[in-house]
Amino acid sequence: MSDVKNVLFGPILSNNPIALQILGICSALAVTSSLSVSLVMAIALTLVTAFSNFFIAIIRNHIPNSIRIIVQMIIIASLVIVVDQILKAFAFEISKQLSVFVGLIITNCIVMGRAEAFAMKNGPGMSFLDGIGNGLGYSVMLIIVAFFRELLGAGKLFGVEIFATVQNGGWYQPNGLMLLPPSAFFVIGLVIWALRAYKKEQVEEPEFKIAANSRAQEAL
Amino acid sequence: MASSNDSIKKTILVAFALCLVCSIFVAAAAVGLKPIQNANKDEDRKRNILSAAGMLEDGKSVDEIFASVETRIVDLQTGEFASAEELKAEGINPETFDQKAAAKDPSLSITLSGENDPAGIKRRSNYASVYLVMSGDDIERIILPVHGYGLWSTMYGFMALENDYNTVIGFGFYDQAETPGLGGEVDNPNWKALWKGKEVYNDQGQAVIALAKGGVDSSDPNASHKVDGLSGATLTSRGVTHLVQYWLGKEGFGPFLSHLRSEGVQ
Repeated sequence: MSDVKNVLFGPILSNNPIALQILGICSALAVTSSLSVSLVMAIALTLVTAFSNFFIAIIRNHIPNSIRIIVQMIIIASLVIVVDQILKAFAFEISKQLSVFVGLIITNCIVMGRAEAFAMKNGPGMSFLDGIGNGLGYSVMLIIVAFFRELLGAGKLFGVEIFATVQNGGWYQPNGLMLLPPSAFFVIGLVIWALRAYKKEQVEEPEFKIAANSRAQEAL
Repeated sequence: MASSNDSIKKTILVAFALCLVCSIFVAAAAVGLKPIQNANKDEDRKRNILSAAGMLEDGKSVDEIFASVETRIVDLQTGEFASAEELKAEGINPETFDQKAAAKDPSLSITLSGENDPAGIKRRSNYASVYLVMSGDDIERIILPVHGYGLWSTMYGFMALENDYNTVIGFGFYDQAETPGLGGEVDNPNWKALWKGKEVYNDQGQAVIALAKGGVDSSDPNASHKVDGLSGATLTSRGVTHLVQYWLGKEGFGPFLSHLRSEGVQ
């Protein structure tokens, strides 16, 4: 049972795909300027990761080693197209805002990474849960980033005004930088900092260290 | 197990079976969801027509408001409304006329190239839909479809004019795939709001409305014909200028609008 728990909830804090593995950063920058779009993106990615893990795990014993990446890619791409079609049919406005980013789930490192690292070696049930778990880890990060970006950048949450902005006669001067993709770097960086202050074991060993009492003169 | 998986026969078999299953899956989703997607697109088009004309209201459905909009077909060569007989001869139904499809049909369109094609549209349909908002027997507002090439994509939009056929009420694109955040800002409501009140034609009757790089200088005597360009999107801005000038110029709706100005709606 603890296995299931570990697979499902481990990726949220102790093995977060964005904060620890630094995967899937590109879409975390692109779609997080509003909460509702981030939420849809998070759900879409979670479903794609879970189902691609599931299907790949089912056929994992029949995948020829020489074409395994292509096989994974085909399954992921098919799922992404289906998700894109469903969004266009049932969430047209949001699919317009997400535009190319749904299609780019195909290249999201998390999906491919989990397929190769987990689904190729584990059963379908576990792989499905692993996909959900990693999707949740991604979702949590996305929602945290989107929360700060939308709140500070537009004074809104889910499009509902929280801080009355100066343009609408209020007091809050929106921070335009927060609506631009680079601001997600700052937010993600701060979250990683907070996470590593709380869970010390995530801090990486420095790759090299300057020896004590060394002086620069040797390099001259 | 591993060795039999890697045999050429097995590899080809797995690849073939997987492709077959996946293609059936994808095709089923695409075909099965098509009707709902088309209904969405249709409603989105109507919504954009209404939004360009500033007619959207909260609490009323798009179809409800759109009922007051009259769709007519214009013959772009003569600049007049196409008569019922003419439409019948060409097999066009005004309600379902698809300008995009007509532009691909050689019998319903003309080829454009080089200098004749500033908007980069390659073919232009001989007929175009226009949307009229009537008050009594007179036109109150008119909404014209425009399209042209930006940086990556053909942008499709609507421009709504007052009944002087010169002053812009609203302008917006409903289909474009420009760079999100740069050229994609053509969808930004603040930018679209800049178009309101601008004038399309100069005193000589030429369509001169254009985007100005670096913003509009309010002391410029031509400021009423200029809209702020999009920062970081020079080519998209240029595309917007070209397509607006083309469609409102003498190759596009120019003759039709001057006909309306002199003769009124008939």
